[in-house]
Parts: sequence; structure tokens; C-alpha cells
Amino acid sequence: MPRRPGLPPPAAVLALLLVGAPAGAEPIAPADRRSGFDQMGPEIQAMQRDETANPGMLAVADGAELWATPPAPGRQPCAGCHGEAAVGMRGVAARYPAWDARTGRPIDLQDRVNACRRTHQGADPLAYESPDLLALTAFVAAQSRGMPIAPPDDPRLGAARAEGRALFEARQGQLGLSCAICHDDHWGRRLGAAVIPQGQPTGYPLYRLEWQGMGSLQRRLRNCLTGMRAEPFAYGAPDYVALELYLATRAAPLPLETPAVRP
Amino acid sequence: MARTLINLPKTARAGDVITIKTLISHPMETGFRPGADGRILPRNIVTEFVCRFEGEEIFRAELFPASAANPYLTFTWVATASGRFTFTWRGDDGFDQTESAPIAVA
Amino acid sequence: MRTMKPGRSGTVDRRRVLAGTAGSVLALALRPAAAAQPRTETTESAIRRFAGDNPIRPGRVSLDLPPLVENGNTVPLSISVESPMTQADHVRRIGVFNERNPQPNVVTLHLRPGAGRAQVATRIRLADTQRITAIAEMSDGTYWSASADAIVTLAACLEG
Repeated sequence: MPRRPGLPPPAAVLALLLVGAPAGAEPIAPADRRSGFDQMGPEIQAMQRDETANPGMLAVADGAELWATPPAPGRQPCAGCHGEAAVGMRGVAARYPAWDARTGRPIDLQDRVNACRRTHQGADPLAYESPDLLALTAFVAAQSRGMPIAPPDDPRLGAARAEGRALFEARQGQLGLSCAICHDDHWGRRLGAAVIPQGQPTGYPLYRLEWQGMGSLQRRLRNCLTGMRAEPFAYGAPDYVALELYLATRAAPLPLETPAVRP
Repeated sequence: MARTLINLPKTARAGDVITIKTLISHPMETGFRPGADGRILPRNIVTEFVCRFEGEEIFRAELFPASAANPYLTFTWVATASGRFTFTWRGDDGFDQTESAPIAVA
Repeated sequence: MRTMKPGRSGTVDRRRVLAGTAGSVLALALRPAAAAQPRTETTESAIRRFAGDNPIRPGRVSLDLPPLVENGNTVPLSISVESPMTQADHVRRIGVFNERNPQPNVVTLHLRPGAGRAQVATRIRLADTQRITAIAEMSDGTYWSASADAIVTLAACLEG
């Protein structure tokens, strides 16, 4: 939330959320899981549904071009190894984050893109939130549109996933809030004029009207952390990947919507 | 070159009213908004969009800072003959881009 | 989408919304900074630059925009005008005007008789809760208008 002179102190606003918040948050049962899409007005839903109106499709189109373009002269494009993304990438985003054997840790889709660039394409990694990285991840994720989120059943992911859940449920920041207080305990209720969503990462990278552009799930998590008056982790921090892992488990089996549109 | 998405039917029957949808990647910086350093970011908008069919202007829009980022415009046209639509966006800092799309009319 | 015909007021909706959510008080307190900008021109002056001294009558124009705007950065707007769009009788221009953005013009659209229909859609920015007015200039030189009200709410959690 913005800090401007003359506004009510955020703590007073958020007191609403803290009243009656149970100490032990219960995750949302699979049958009750809802995409933030369901809480948007019909106009923004229509904007997302119509491929010719969805501004996120601009990034997907950029990604399609990058997929087929060598990152440097003489290098293989993504398509050189993976071929048609519609075939080779179908379902991939629904299974991320996943275990990366080379580094011995879980990585998310954008780290996978950059790992490929380093290892197989001899190219520099793309910066977090750069248009090219957002476009490539949006293009790859869009190949899984409509498929249920299906986190891998890989025991090596267990520790990071548990760490992600602990982060999600831990009170942090100057306001002493946790992700769970808003998104497990009070989803569907209002904070200001906005309906609190469940915080399901079904459409990333997505086009947020507030951003007037595309952004990753990590950017959204940073928003939440600063909103809680907590110090956000740096882009690429393992803490985000742990959160993304837990969020994927918490969201399954909701379908992927990339590129989603959100207010 | 800014990314554009242009949607119109590839084929139509003579007399059909077709809908043309256009989207272009552009920040539409209003000139009223402060940047991270607190200083007002200079205006950078698309000021004009023109659609022509076989060279003849069929639709034009004058845009202002009140247009949303990534300008989106839809309009209609009666298909009469096969030919080519061109779409031109012009704006601040010499922004000038033209795309085209054909239609086959039976 | 809600269609606001000319003359209908949005105040009932506004009252219901404010009473319905105590949190809206917060939304009202958190106006986007753009609303504080001084205006470059009045709405009336911009409309007169468009229509001259001609009378502007309510009617023939329909304006659709969401009554409750979730984010003022991108607001879907569609406009249609009752017109046969023939050489003899068509819409020449449609001017759209706002009340509370820094600048009163929203968009000006130039149509041709071959359009088949006078129906356009775009996306606009609304710095604040306000009324949007569309004015159509017909080929016979008459001017027709419609207005619609939009309440701009603000997300509770902004990037900051």
C-alpha cells in the first residue's frame, strides 16, 4: 500500500484482518480452490478470455519469436532442441518449480530458461522481469493453458516445499501479517474495495492492469511482502522458489491461465 | 518495432460487416506521472491511429494520455472487395509504425 | 458491461456501493496521484472545441463501461451510435471526454460511411471516479451525446 501523508495508518486499516484471525491457519481444501479470475468483473474476464484482446498475448507473441531465434549468431534457438513448443512444452509449466539435478535445488520456470541459456545456448542469463524473460516464460507457460497444475511428486522437493509453507504461514514484517492470514483465512472478504483472492498462482507471468504490463510471480510476492512491511527477498532468492513450490501444491489442480489478466 | 496483434477475418462475403481488432505494445506514458526519482516522466504516447483499405482511409483515432497502455481499438467495415488493410500508429518521439493484413472477399 | 442511457444517474449505484463495503472509505482515501494534477483545460472547453456552438442533444449514442472500475489504468469502453452509416446519413466523428483526468480529451474517432455500423471499442484511463461523455457528430451536422458514470476503486495492495 502506498504511504502518503494524510492517509490512515496502514495498521489501522489492516486491523480488520487481524481481528479474530485464528493462530493455526488451515490450507484451502482442493474443492474450495478458486482462481482470482472468478473474482474479477466480467469486463476484465472478457479481456483475458479473448486472445485478440488480452494484452498478455503481446508478450506471448514476443516469446514465440524469441523461441525460434538464436540468442547469438551460431547458437541454437530454444526450438533447435525442443522443436515445436506446442508439442514439447505442453504441460511443462504445470509441473514447475521442479528439481534441478545440476545445481541440486528446485528451480522455477524462469530459472529453467536461464539455465538452458547458460548450459545449452552459451548465452547470458536474462535479467529478472526483463521483457525477454517474461516473454519466454509467458510463451512456454501458455503452452500449458487449461492444464491442471500438477506439482511433481519428487521427494527431493519436500524440504523446500515445507520451507515454502512455513514462509507462507509465518507472521512477518512490521504489520505482523502472514500470507495465510489474508489468503487462507480471509479470502473472499474485502480489503478496501478489493476482494481478497486466494492467492493462487494460476496465470503467471500475467498482465496486471496496475503494472500496465507483464510481471512474474516473484514480482507479485514482492508486492505482498512490501505490503506487509516486510523486507522482500532479492529476485531469484531460493525463498521465492520455496514459496512457488508450496503455492503450486496449494493451487493444484486449478488450471493454468497464462497469460492471465488481473486488476 | 512494437509488437502488434491485428485480428480480422481472412475471408468474408461481399456485404459482411467485419470487426477489426488492433492491439499495439506501447507504454502510453501520460506525461503526468512521476518516475522513481520523483520527477515527471516525459509524455510518450501514440497520438494517432489510421486504418486504410487499399490506400483509402476507413477509420482514424486521435489518442490522448487517457488511452490505456498498449492501445486497443476495434471498429467495423463492410467487406466489398479483396484487398489489403494497412494500420499506422504515429506518436511522440517519432513513433511511426505500419502493419498490414489482407482480406479475400468472395 | 452496463449501458447508461442519457439522463440516467449513477448516484444510486454509488450510494449502494459505499454503504455496502465499509472498506470503500479506504478506497476513497487512496485516490491515485493523477487526480491531484491541475487540469490543462475544462471539459466544457474541450467539448466546444469539438462541437463548436452547435446544440448537443441527448440520444442516439450508447456508452458501455464498467460501473465499478477495478483499476483505473485500463478501463474497457465501447461506444455505439444509432446510424445507418450510409453516404447520406452517417456518423462523422465521436469525441469522448472525461471530467477529472488531467486532460479532458479521452479519444476522438473518425468514421466513414462504409463502416456498416457505428461501433467502436477501446481502453481508457480514469484517474478518479467520474462521468464519461461521448458526443457523436452526424453527417447532417447534428450532435448527439450519452454519459456514463464509473466508480474507480483502488487495489488494497499496491506495489510500493
